[in-house]
Amino acid sequence: MNSRLVWRKIVNGVMLSLTGLCALLAVSVLFFILGYLVWQGGRALDWSFFTQLPKPVGEAGGGMANAILGSAKLLLVAALVGVPIGFFGGVYLAEFGGRTFSYLVRYTTDLLNGVPSIVIGIFAYSVLVLPFKHFSTLAGAVALGMMMIPITLRSTEEFLRQVPRELREGALALGASKWKTIASVVVPAAYRGVLTAVLLAVARVAGETAPLLFTAFNNRFWSPGWSQPTASLPVMIYTYAIAPYEDWHRQAWAAGLVLLGLVLATNVVARAVLARGISAQRS
Amino acid sequence: MTIKVALDKNPQAGPAPGNHPAAAADLRLRIRISNLNFYYGSKQVLFGINLGIATNRVTALIGPSGCGKSTLLRTLNRMHETLRHTRLEGEILLDDENILGLDVTRLRRRVGMVFQRPNPFPKSIFDNVAYGLRVNGYQGSLEEAVERSLQSAALWEEVKDQLHKSAYGLSGGQQQRLCIARALAVDPEVLLLDEPCSALDPVNTAKIEELLFQLKERWTIVIVTHNMQQAARVSDSTAFLLNGQLIEFNPTPQLFTTPADARTEAYITGRFG
Repeated sequence: MNSRLVWRKIVNGVMLSLTGLCALLAVSVLFFILGYLVWQGGRALDWSFFTQLPKPVGEAGGGMANAILGSAKLLLVAALVGVPIGFFGGVYLAEFGGRTFSYLVRYTTDLLNGVPSIVIGIFAYSVLVLPFKHFSTLAGAVALGMMMIPITLRSTEEFLRQVPRELREGALALGASKWKTIASVVVPAAYRGVLTAVLLAVARVAGETAPLLFTAFNNRFWSPGWSQPTASLPVMIYTYAIAPYEDWHRQAWAAGLVLLGLVLATNVVARAVLARGISAQRS
Repeated sequence: MTIKVALDKNPQAGPAPGNHPAAAADLRLRIRISNLNFYYGSKQVLFGINLGIATNRVTALIGPSGCGKSTLLRTLNRMHETLRHTRLEGEILLDDENILGLDVTRLRRRVGMVFQRPNPFPKSIFDNVAYGLRVNGYQGSLEEAVERSLQSAALWEEVKDQLHKSAYGLSGGQQQRLCIARALAVDPEVLLLDEPCSALDPVNTAKIEELLFQLKERWTIVIVTHNMQQAARVSDSTAFLLNGQLIEFNPTPQLFTTPADARTEAYITGRFG
């Protein structure tokens, strides 16, 4: 009897430590990556990184201003492609969809979410690069935009569903049409959630490399307009990291640090937006 | 087919105690419900309801949970259409027009509704009251209309200095009166109240009940309540429903003192429900 009690206490203690250890490991992965990036990338990071073009091999200094701007342009157009489709699709699923069709849409978007990003890249390549015979910002942005659709769509649907039915009925009972109800009551009640979802979707695709490799490709110079190949932070990291030059490696680390910093900042902002929304609804 | 009308016109009713004889003479019906059957999917929940709702009176619908009283109320402004797989048979006339033939947004402007739980929009107090006016393209002064509605709902004095603050800052009772003001703002003919006090404390419940006495001067009111004392206090006539059937419809004092049906008596004396 007594020995069983001891055994149970031992098992309890072991399991507690094991789960705690794994939880700790999960957190420490992020801090390890972050620390390593700061250590490696921080040394190469200076003001010129944000303002100058890359220097040819062998020359010291230079930056990745074109890649930062390129990433910004790619994400802007990606959002213009992915957010409206995802948002309105999500509105449809939450507010109008019949059972069978909604199920199909939901299932398909989940599948789309699971499509490897390189496959999305190949698709964009065959549709938007081959026919025009050159790489372009637009092709890369559309590839990223396609990846944003399922994330935006499913989270829009989720957040709209959380709006209480009573609010919809209140508006309908005042003689508002269904669309008016959605536009003036349901979406405003859920807009913080939707905004969070959009920010997270942007942050999610900001680091994607594979869909850009053969769509936006890369560019050592500024990329004017939308139909030229463009540099982007993830592809620059990839190119610089596999190059055999020491100073390029340092630049790659710096680019990694900048990219991670932007993604983390977007995440923090997104969560702050959501948290404020929840506290505003409670008060 | 006869439409049941409470007050003295009901053949079963006889002279009702406490009812002014003149009330029967100028009794006009705002809503006539004839042979109403209602189904959720294949399940029938209302059976052959015939009921007349008198103008400028408070009509109460009572009955145990699941008897169909809320469903009946919701057919009057076709809120049942927001749910899938519902079917309605029969006729509902609003001022002699079949409501099923009306444009649903027009109908709901004429038949307003207040719900069980206060459901203000996440907007300012002003925007809540103005919502229906804006949706319906109101031409006059929004400020005046909002003030008038808040006064009708006995809320103006409490909120006049914070019109542009969030409606969520109000207490539950205030929120419910705000919802009443919001419904009154579009000046409906009929006001439907679906257990409007079930989420409120006794003090706020009393305020709303008091309000109903003023509102019926101008509006026709139908109230669903699970609280029999409330029905007895606020209504002029009461309909008792059981299992989707209208068991008895009579002037309120009569229904509660000398019920015509044994099932009504059993319910109001607390033997079931």
